[in-house]
Amino acid sequence: MKASRFTAAHQSMTFSRRMMLVGGAQAVFGGVLIARLGYLSVAQSEHYQLLSESNRVQLIIVPPRRGWIVDRAGKPIAINRSDFRVDIIPEQLSRPTETLRTLTQILKLTPDDVDRIIKEIRAARGYQPVQVAENVPYDQYAAITVRLPEMPGVQPMRGFSRYYPTGPAVGHLVGYVGSANAKEYEAEKNPLLITPGFKIGKEGLEKTLEKSLRGEPGGQRVELTARGKLIRELEPKPDRSGQTIQLAIDAGLQEYAARRLGEESGSCTIIDCLTGDILCMASMPAYDPNSFSDGIGQTEWRMLSEDLRKPLTNKVLSSLYPPGSTIKPMNSLALQAAGVDPDEVIHCPGGYRLGNRFFRCLGRHGAVNMRRAIAKSCNTYFYAMGHRVGYDRIAEMAKRLGLGQEFDLQVVSQSYGTVPNSEWKARKYKDNRRIVERPDWTASDTLNASIGQGFLIVNPLQLAVMAARIASGRDIQPALVGRHEKAAPLLGLPPEHLDVVRGGMWEVVNGDGTAGASRLLIPDVEMCGKTGTAQVRKIVGSQRGQSGDWKYRDHGLFVFFAPFNNPRYAGSVVIEHGLGGARAAAPVAKDVLTYLFDRPQAMKRLAELETQWGGTLAERTARRQANFEAISKANAGLSA
Amino acid sequence: MISSAIIPQPLARLPWRLIWLVALICTIGIITLFSAAGGSWSPYALKQSILICGFFALGIGISYIPEGFIKGVTFPTYAVILVLLILVEMIGFVGKGAQRWIDLGFIRLQPSEFMKPAVCLVLARFYDLLPAGDVRRWRGLWPAALLVLVPWSLILVQPDLGTATMVLVGGVTVMFVAGLPMWYFLSAAGALAAALPVVFSMMHEYQRKRVLIFLDPEADPLGAGYHISQSKIAIGSGGIWGKGYLNGSQSHLDYLPEGHTDFVFATFVEEWGLIGGVMLIFAFAMVVRWGMNVSRKAKTRFAQLAAAGLSMTIFFYFTVNLMMVMGLAPVVGIPLPLVSFGGSAVMTVMICLGLLMGIERQSRTRSSLG
Repeated sequence: MKASRFTAAHQSMTFSRRMMLVGGAQAVFGGVLIARLGYLSVAQSEHYQLLSESNRVQLIIVPPRRGWIVDRAGKPIAINRSDFRVDIIPEQLSRPTETLRTLTQILKLTPDDVDRIIKEIRAARGYQPVQVAENVPYDQYAAITVRLPEMPGVQPMRGFSRYYPTGPAVGHLVGYVGSANAKEYEAEKNPLLITPGFKIGKEGLEKTLEKSLRGEPGGQRVELTARGKLIRELEPKPDRSGQTIQLAIDAGLQEYAARRLGEESGSCTIIDCLTGDILCMASMPAYDPNSFSDGIGQTEWRMLSEDLRKPLTNKVLSSLYPPGSTIKPMNSLALQAAGVDPDEVIHCPGGYRLGNRFFRCLGRHGAVNMRRAIAKSCNTYFYAMGHRVGYDRIAEMAKRLGLGQEFDLQVVSQSYGTVPNSEWKARKYKDNRRIVERPDWTASDTLNASIGQGFLIVNPLQLAVMAARIASGRDIQPALVGRHEKAAPLLGLPPEHLDVVRGGMWEVVNGDGTAGASRLLIPDVEMCGKTGTAQVRKIVGSQRGQSGDWKYRDHGLFVFFAPFNNPRYAGSVVIEHGLGGARAAAPVAKDVLTYLFDRPQAMKRLAELETQWGGTLAERTARRQANFEAISKANAGLSA
Repeated sequence: MISSAIIPQPLARLPWRLIWLVALICTIGIITLFSAAGGSWSPYALKQSILICGFFALGIGISYIPEGFIKGVTFPTYAVILVLLILVEMIGFVGKGAQRWIDLGFIRLQPSEFMKPAVCLVLARFYDLLPAGDVRRWRGLWPAALLVLVPWSLILVQPDLGTATMVLVGGVTVMFVAGLPMWYFLSAAGALAAALPVVFSMMHEYQRKRVLIFLDPEADPLGAGYHISQSKIAIGSGGIWGKGYLNGSQSHLDYLPEGHTDFVFATFVEEWGLIGGVMLIFAFAMVVRWGMNVSRKAKTRFAQLAAAGLSMTIFFYFTVNLMMVMGLAPVVGIPLPLVSFGGSAVMTVMICLGLLMGIERQSRTRSSLG
């Protein structure tokens, strides 16, 4: 009884103590709850308010209009053309099957298109529209607009597509635009990129100037529910069009050059030799950027990439050639800088003997001084003089005049070639010793490089820069974007050295030189130049690259400047497998320069040539396009 | 307590402080449901008001049942609920799916809901009958443990982790205040901590996912972590003063899922801010404090233990819900009692409150007798 009473009392004490423990624990939990609530709604409030707003308000993106690209006079090179497009907003789609059937009927969608649309509708979240078709013809657009009441969720819209008025003439220069691919979207994570109809630059200036051309997307700000239902429209955010970008290019000249190159595979570059502005940079044949911007067919792509004339390569920047004799004026400057007297006479017996090897000249020129050597393109003179001063000193001048240089340009890529010297050769062949090449510089290396063969390899832009620097004596830097008025600083070459070289180049065209047939037919304007012929492969026996298979024929090159008495324009023309500079390249330079001084005369000449080639560039492009489509259709028929 | 001559005796004897607190909580619930329906009485607010009135009347009714009668029916009632739980399990087995209720036509009966107060009562009755000297013996433990663990395991396999845990917590609280040796609880807690990984591996896929998401909700903000993320956004974006009544964008634009049931607190705090949230938490805390005081002041051992268990049940109800909504506990599907839309939680809490009010009245009247 006693024990039991003790236990009951003990029990009551335990109860009170444990109730306090339980109450205390409850108080602790209550405190934790209030602390957590305070943390969320005070300390973290700003963060969560932001998230709540981004939940509530969404932007229906209106893509900005892409900036124009215009030439130095403001003439359009790349503009936007309005077109019609049809999108679907999956959230508002009430009868998907019927709607898709009607759209297929009106727009003549292919089964592939329908598959893609269904897939995209399934993957779509909220208000993100799905593209049905773009570049819709007006009658189809009108047909859809009329039947809109029975197709909720379908959104016919006016959009913009990129248009290049001169087509292939500016293909390599400006590149083209296209829809962003998955990789590009991953890199940027910008929802604008997956907005239907939005295009980004894929090649050329369109790609490199993307930032300025794109602009800022605007949009309708809307309040949406979690399921994407529209509650109300808020104040819209205006879009900002991309910047208009002015190029140094002269659009008329660019188009003329592209047309004048005709069916040849080649390039024509002209630079303002005072400021460095690139006035024309044509590479032909070229793809039509208009057809790329609409999405290119597989057949067309394959045919373009298999074409021997490489319409997908920008030959001004990405093709490398041995410069051949075109570097002789540069050699002459180097020789004078090394102390060679320009009046010193070398006897040309038709070649130059080095040890037991005989290096050929193109003719027997007899006694030649420096000017005559340039005018006649005498190899013997440059073999002898090059051997005397050593090639390292010539290489120095080559680099000074822009050969082997990578220029600061807004381009996707440029191949800058090689200006060899003894140090370069040692580096290149020391660890990579091949039996035929020794790591030390030999006299025959000098001789080959002296006539622009051997290791020396350059791109046409570098040749144009070289011609421009010789013409003005200024350290011009080629520029693609903007219009520059200020003349570049002088290179610091002695004027008397330059006079000798320019005189030699004057004789090439206006004397009894190699390009006498390409004299300008304009009073008081004289062109100076230097022809070059570059071997595609080693001379084997009598095979001199002057006949036979097209792809083994010599390249024809020409560097030039004009007018002689007050140089303003300089440039280069390269005609791949054109047999010779005088024959293939110089006439192009003559006509292109004529365009700058006497437009009607140049146009008349072009008209004659284009009749021979079977139509203007636009006509021939249209014909080629029709051909692509016919082949593509035939292929589709085969596979079906 | 209102003591005015005009008010009739039985009315004046009601615990008015508690009733005002409950009325406050219920009002908060109804106005929040009004907002959750986009500013409309239907489909939630009106229905909830009727439910609350009905169950409140039930609670008041229960409070008039004499303690002796409750003691008498405790064991039979417990047995009936246990049978119903087994029945539900069998129906569920036949129906090849998780089933928690029996359809009686007019109401879907969830036996596990009744088990929450029942387990408190049955344990209180058990320790009431047990001689004081046996509390610390083996026979003071195993029958009680059985009484808790059998319904617990039946509910757990339904599967309903939330309710099972509540039954367990209610039962363990009664055992704790009944004076079982402390080392039982400490070693059980230790064992539980050690067993957690094993339990985790035995959980259902969806339960496991919930736990993982609780640990890192931002890992999958659009998928399974969506509930917690959106709930935290709603609460946090309310700030100190809230966005204003009927202006909660998270709930009104459906970004907050279950904004009228489990996540009703987030709906409320988004519009009423920290101020509103703290007020609601205080109201709940006062209700629990009142219940604990009832237990402390109760005159019989059964009343003491039952009141402690019932108070703990109410406490656990709202604490787990709030922790879940604020990202402190995994999403277990426990509604906020008296506030969330739905009848069963209101019913359970009103039964608990009714029993507490009964105990309180009888301890008062008995004390006056001497």
